[in-house]
Amino acid sequence: MDALTAWLAASPLPWLVLTMLAYTFTLAVYRRSGAHPLLIPPLTATALVVAVLLLTGTPYATYREGVGLLSFLIGPATVALAVPLFAQRERIRQLWRPIGVALLVGGTVAIVSALLIAWALGGTRETLMALAPKSATMPIALPVAERMGGPASLAAVAVAITGIAGAVLAAPLMRLLRVHDPAVRGFAIGLTAHAIGTARELQVHPTAGAFAALAMSLNGVATAVLVPLCVAAMPWL
Amino acid sequence: MIAPMVYALTALFAFQLLGELLVQWLHLPLPGALAGMLLLLAALLAYGRVPDALERTAGSLLQNMMLLFIPAIAGVMLHFERIAREWLPFLVAGIAGAAITLAVTAWTLRWLLRDSADTRPTEEERA
Repeated sequence: MDALTAWLAASPLPWLVLTMLAYTFTLAVYRRSGAHPLLIPPLTATALVVAVLLLTGTPYATYREGVGLLSFLIGPATVALAVPLFAQRERIRQLWRPIGVALLVGGTVAIVSALLIAWALGGTRETLMALAPKSATMPIALPVAERMGGPASLAAVAVAITGIAGAVLAAPLMRLLRVHDPAVRGFAIGLTAHAIGTARELQVHPTAGAFAALAMSLNGVATAVLVPLCVAAMPWL
Repeated sequence: MIAPMVYALTALFAFQLLGELLVQWLHLPLPGALAGMLLLLAALLAYGRVPDALERTAGSLLQNMMLLFIPAIAGVMLHFERIAREWLPFLVAGIAGAAITLAVTAWTLRWLLRDSADTRPTEEERA
């Protein structure tokens, strides 16, 4: 029995299986709920995983090592974003000027608003740097935050909160602003709420979904470039 | 089924490696995987289309991207104390920041597109 416990503690498999079970279970619940934004798997599956880790007294470092394979796959998944971006090439060619300007304005506002709000409310520098890239998709936001001195895991939480807030707020806010063009709505949601907002738009309208995917990919690139510039432009932070 | 997937994964890993090397070599302010994405995009533009195997593998990888983020988000357990201390700036920056970004981006793009009817669905999409 002791030998078995020792083997289990040393093997990465229990953590991998736990994570994948939590994901498949919460994904099924999410789909059954009609994609309710508060039930997205990054939130619910992570809550399950963290609960198990706390109950079993497992340190995060042990878990992190066990599921290294999953984290490693974020790299090729990021490279794979080139495929949906390539699919949008005609539209980018037609609308490159308005898209480029909206991207620069929106991408800058995402970073500056996060930094200023958190700074005004007394956030520490580490918290500010974790928040700065929060509108970028996770594989981009985490290394950008880390490079600026924000903890990657804190940035992951900031990215998740932003995605959920964007997905929940988008419909009422767009009604309030009388934005009816699905292209405009999709672009704003993809830029703000990255993969979470894009996944949601794809279920609503194909044009909105395509523009969301476009804005998400472009803002990933823009955020990586703009975060160091915005931080340098606000030396009092 | 398996062989095309291996080709596609090889391509994705190879482009990531190229991206990492390029970033190291030129000291670019980008994550290596992002540079790899841009290199793959350039290669696809030069080639003119997406090979089937790459399309399928990229699709299944991207559809399950949420799974890959769980380990990073679980790191929140290292920051319970910080979040207990700084929940206000954290939540307000997250939620109000998202609302401001949504509104400004939508306004800007709508204003820029005011004269063009170019955002109607293309043939590709109607099909």
